[in-house]
Amino acid sequence: MNDKVIINDLTFYYGNNSAVKNVNIRVQENSVLALIGPSGCGKSTLIRCINRMNDIIPATRTEGDILIDGGSIYADKYNVSDLRRRVGMVFQKSNPFPKSVFENIAYGLKINGIKNKYDIETRVEKSLKGAALWDEVKDRLDDSALGLSGGQQQRLCIARTIAIEPEIILMDEPASALDPISTQKIEELIQDLKAKYTIIIVTHNMQQAARISDFTAFMYMGNLIEINNTEAIFTKPGLEMTENYVTGKFG
Amino acid sequence: MLGYIVKTGFSALSWEFLTTFPKDSMTKGGIFPAIIGTLYLIIGSSIVSIPVGIITAIYLTEYASNEKIVRLIRLGVSNLAGIPSVVFGLFGLSLFVIFLKFGTSILAGSLTLGVLNLPVIIRSTEEALMTVPKTFREASLSLGATRWQTIYRIVLPGALPGILTGVMLSLGRAAGETAPIMFTAAAFFTPDLPTSIFHEVMALPYHIYVMATAGTKILETRPLQYGTAIILITLVLILNMTGLILRYRFRKKLKGI
Repeated sequence: MNDKVIINDLTFYYGNNSAVKNVNIRVQENSVLALIGPSGCGKSTLIRCINRMNDIIPATRTEGDILIDGGSIYADKYNVSDLRRRVGMVFQKSNPFPKSVFENIAYGLKINGIKNKYDIETRVEKSLKGAALWDEVKDRLDDSALGLSGGQQQRLCIARTIAIEPEIILMDEPASALDPISTQKIEELIQDLKAKYTIIIVTHNMQQAARISDFTAFMYMGNLIEINNTEAIFTKPGLEMTENYVTGKFG
Repeated sequence: MLGYIVKTGFSALSWEFLTTFPKDSMTKGGIFPAIIGTLYLIIGSSIVSIPVGIITAIYLTEYASNEKIVRLIRLGVSNLAGIPSVVFGLFGLSLFVIFLKFGTSILAGSLTLGVLNLPVIIRSTEEALMTVPKTFREASLSLGATRWQTIYRIVLPGALPGILTGVMLSLGRAAGETAPIMFTAAAFFTPDLPTSIFHEVMALPYHIYVMATAGTKILETRPLQYGTAIILITLVLILNMTGLILRYRFRKKLKGI
């Protein structure tokens, strides 16, 4: 399979502190990569480098490179908006806009130049179905998105992300604030989405990483400690440190 | 205080009072030109201060990346807010009236009031922008929106109630200020309504000031003075109420349709 994303010797600084240190990762197309590691180990910072979301934080600096389909996303004059269209993101805390369910999804379509009302309606429906939310909200598309439950809001955010048909989806602990049933729905959804998208997910939940991912990367203090297919990481990790973490002895 | 003003001024209120010109050296007649003049000045100062104020606030909160410059500008804005209004009047007199040769005019008065309003509008807009959660900005950017699209379609609508309240309060203040327009726009008496922005105008607060201090029959025209005050207070009240109503409306809308 192709390497969709190649992270090349990436180092990221907040001021003078490096939060991500010389990380090298290759992510295969249509696979799920889980990033695990204790809080503050740089997982979130790392995935926010992939859609250059860290650009909006002042006094930060990136060294190294990230390639998507072989092209550097840190190249001069690279259009960041285009990048973010290709690399969608679902955040830790669901963050629907204070608009209707319909408008939440239509927003991304509109700013990306889709004006035809019929097209928008079709794609809103399609992405809500894709996020397994359609049956629950089809009668309340014009109601406020803020009236949905936490789990529904997060799936709405996923629908919003897939509506603009990205190639890669980044998820930053998408289920950490949800109840077990909502979490299960999101996990099933991730399994379905894998067919069309390459997914990189940050999670604190070992079982979740084991259940949903094909590959797992363990990070500690900004360093990538070990990366392998998920089964290997959880059954016969190469390093003692990884074993201690995945078995819950530290972290 | 309000009761006293209403009691003293109520006898002067009538339809004629609102719609006619002053007569007999301003001892009789109405305050129509002053009402119109004040409205002109409010509109003029809004045209000056609202766009500049909002754009400045957007720059400071959303674009500026140099902390030092931002802090410097904020310091300047805070200081501007603390300057007595009569100083603004003198500033307007020297810059707009004399140096730029606008003369005593609606234009000069609007600019002066606009500058007076700026700090309030900048501050309240900044605060309103900052209440819009960062997560909305991130969500919008992550969908491929540009910075400006995010500001225009997500941040500004979210901040609108706060911005409007600040704008309305500042306009209310501008309507009631005497000192800034005293040297820059206001006339003792004009026989006609102004027809260009280079004409001087009568204005409610200045009209009260003139009648109460320099009129020919100060004591006899007390009801007229208080009547004018009632109108001025009503006007300011309407502006502030409009601000509140708009805020309430948008709040409701913000909660999602």
